[in-house]
Amino acid sequence: MTASVTVPSAPVVVRAAPRRFGLVVLAAGAFVLLAAAGYVFPRWLTFLLTMAAGNGLVSLGIVALMRGGVVPFGQGMVFAAGGYTAALVYNKLGFTDALGLALFGGIAAVLVAAPFAPLLSRYRGIFFAMLTLALSMVTYGLLMKLDALGGSDGFNVGRPTLLGQKLPDDRVGYTLYLLTIFVATVAAVAMRIFFDSTRGLVTLAVRENELRVEYLGGSVRQAMAINFVVAAFCAGLGGALVVLSLGHIEPDFSFWTTSGEFVFVAILAGWQSVAAVFIASTVLEIVRSFSSAYFPNTWQLALGLFLLFVIRFLPRGIGSLWTKRRGH
Amino acid sequence: MNAVVTILIDGLTYASWLFIVAVGLTLVFGVLKILNIAHGSFYAIGAYAAASFVAWAATMKWAPGFSIVAMLLAAVAVAAVMAPLTERGLLRFFYGRDEVLLVLVTYAMFLILEDVTKLLWGANPYYVSEPYSLFGNLHVGVQTWVGYDFFLVALALVVGLAVWWGLNRTRQGKITLAVIHSAEVAASMGVNVSRVYMAAFSVGIFLAALGGAFTAPMISVQPGVSVGVIVVSFAVVIIGGLGSIEGAAVGALIVGLARSLAVHVAPVAELFSIYIVMAVVLMFRPEGLFQRTQARKI
Amino acid sequence: MSADISEAGPTLLHVDRVNKRFGAVVAAAEIMLIVYPGECVSLIGSNGAGKTTLVNMITGYLKPDDGRISFDGRDITALAPREITRLGVARSFQIPQLYGELTVLDNLLVANACHDQRLSFWQPAQRPEAIDRAERLLERFRLSEHRGRRVAELPGGVRKLLDIAMALTGAPKLLLLDEPTSGVSAEEKFPMMDTIMSALGHEAMTVLFVEHDMDIVERYASRVVAFYAGRVIADGAPDAALADDAVRRYVTGELLAQ
Repeated sequence: MTASVTVPSAPVVVRAAPRRFGLVVLAAGAFVLLAAAGYVFPRWLTFLLTMAAGNGLVSLGIVALMRGGVVPFGQGMVFAAGGYTAALVYNKLGFTDALGLALFGGIAAVLVAAPFAPLLSRYRGIFFAMLTLALSMVTYGLLMKLDALGGSDGFNVGRPTLLGQKLPDDRVGYTLYLLTIFVATVAAVAMRIFFDSTRGLVTLAVRENELRVEYLGGSVRQAMAINFVVAAFCAGLGGALVVLSLGHIEPDFSFWTTSGEFVFVAILAGWQSVAAVFIASTVLEIVRSFSSAYFPNTWQLALGLFLLFVIRFLPRGIGSLWTKRRGH
Repeated sequence: MNAVVTILIDGLTYASWLFIVAVGLTLVFGVLKILNIAHGSFYAIGAYAAASFVAWAATMKWAPGFSIVAMLLAAVAVAAVMAPLTERGLLRFFYGRDEVLLVLVTYAMFLILEDVTKLLWGANPYYVSEPYSLFGNLHVGVQTWVGYDFFLVALALVVGLAVWWGLNRTRQGKITLAVIHSAEVAASMGVNVSRVYMAAFSVGIFLAALGGAFTAPMISVQPGVSVGVIVVSFAVVIIGGLGSIEGAAVGALIVGLARSLAVHVAPVAELFSIYIVMAVVLMFRPEGLFQRTQARKI
Repeated sequence: MSADISEAGPTLLHVDRVNKRFGAVVAAAEIMLIVYPGECVSLIGSNGAGKTTLVNMITGYLKPDDGRISFDGRDITALAPREITRLGVARSFQIPQLYGELTVLDNLLVANACHDQRLSFWQPAQRPEAIDRAERLLERFRLSEHRGRRVAELPGGVRKLLDIAMALTGAPKLLLLDEPTSGVSAEEKFPMMDTIMSALGHEAMTVLFVEHDMDIVERYASRVVAFYAGRVIADGAPDAALADDAVRRYVTGELLAQ
């Protein structure tokens, strides 16, 4: 990949096993905290955080791929796959459980991504980015033209239920918030475990030196294909959850600018801290909301400047601010 | 038979537009190895500038024909202002870094320019449609075409020849070709590579702005114009081969004809016909049709 | 010219009439080489003589134009590097191929993970057994003090040793070392080879090493195979091979080439 200047700096941290219990406790604590906070937050804030968590899931998948050295510019494809599946299952099959719909979304996204995984596992750099981009734009084109899927207007999704319970007016927002945060927390823990696993370590190795991985007996293509499928599952979950909170789905979910925002969050977060992904996603949502309210026509400007700042001064993302060097 | 002619001519006119837009993108990649997402933004700024310049020309009571000059001036002005700003002021700090990283830098540029454009020109659409009727209409069989579309074809030919001639027949051009082949070797032979970069990037912006300026009469110039142009020009450049001028021409023709075919024969496929071709090319011949860069595959 | 095939014992590696050309350049011409278990064979020859090409072909990075290569009875000519590694052939590199951003310990854990047939989605890369194995390997190579350091910051000699240690992670039967002491200062060469050889001595290892320094070759090799212009020009015990006229002319330069 890049020829990096060997300035003494912290090595990439690969975490040790005993931390796992602490990880789960930390995650559970964070969830409880967010759940409690959400109870008192104003509705617009819980909605913002719901969006941040749902969109963050997509960026989490992108981080999985970035650890292997590639940046996908077309996660909109699997994001849309998850969203449309949830919406269709709700409308056409009458299945309304939110958690179930989220899982349907994840699985559908995997089914969409899996045929392309072996192919994409052979690409790097610009060509990987462009092929994922092309696939997501093909999806966009299809969605725009297929009237059965609502065409360019998309279609609406009604209110979901959760575990058999109907959700009354005053509880819908908070319940969907809880669900999305819950799914995001579970996904975050799962991904952290995955990143720290032997497969996760091989992925880091692929990023730096593919040749040596093959010479050591590892399979680069298998690693990258699996990462692509895992990323798709996360994006599908996110797509379904976002659709349920928005109540609407449209082809824009697969447009390249949507994919670009997910990449933005992943770059902002860096690939070393899972929590950073959701923090970065929240930053994006905050910038988007506040700019629209107070300084219209500046949120993209802010994002662009942010991105440049991170690329130039925090190349490992905001996660690098707290992922300190740890000796063994 | 008429249908075939229609499809061909439609394809050709669309291809011309595509070529003008894409050739700057491929040139910038060939020289600087940067796939510039903000290329679409410069296109849009060219369109806005043309709208302003043509409106100004109208208030100055210039003859309608001079609006062409106004559009050309707009493109030049955009390049003159934006090139030093973006290349010297921003891009050069990232030279030599990973190619995907540079794409992200240009993505940041795109985001910034989107809002800058809105701040300068507002969010309402501009219409600069007078020049569109400058060349009258052409009747071919049952179909009527607007003369302006053929003017674009002529413009595309001029641009293509000019770029080809500039690269292959001038001293500066040959130096640029050397840098395209290997910046390192060229530098070690005394070439001022950063000046070549600056020049190539300026030409790239100029061509993008030129595309925008001369397309302005055909569209409503409003926020979001850049977004569609970016992906389409990426498709053309990938199909033709990154860094190849001939590739941009052939890519434009292929994409133009594919879209024309889709519009007339299978409207469902109109939007994604371009991206299907792009995906297929990437899958089977990722270097594109006129190989310049090695596709990064294992 | 080739080793006496009547020597007792099964062959571990058999390179059978292998040819390789790169355009007009003959990198390998009718190479015949048989290696027995336990041997320590040095490949010598000037640059471009074909030594590294042979190593690349044995490890699957290049495919010969014709001829066969078999290892432990299996035909490995057409196999990919990954498959050949899993059969028990490992190599180190002239320019160490390491993971600069990771620590020394993690580099070995990577090697461990890659070799693992059953990669896991949840088993931590840093589990105790894996760390144990890695640390024992580090001890053998006298690299324990560096275990937590970022590899990109390490000096050349340490990087070379780590490169070799990584190759050993899979307990290979055949180890190919590509210029193990190149890039290392003169005083460090012998201590380094000592460290390597003693680290290898723990297992029954067959070694092929490419080397330019004849002192090293004399001291450590049990057999010498000399190359020139893609051909094997000598193959035998070190004293005999190094005294050979062709070797003195085309490799060591003691006789002027005609």
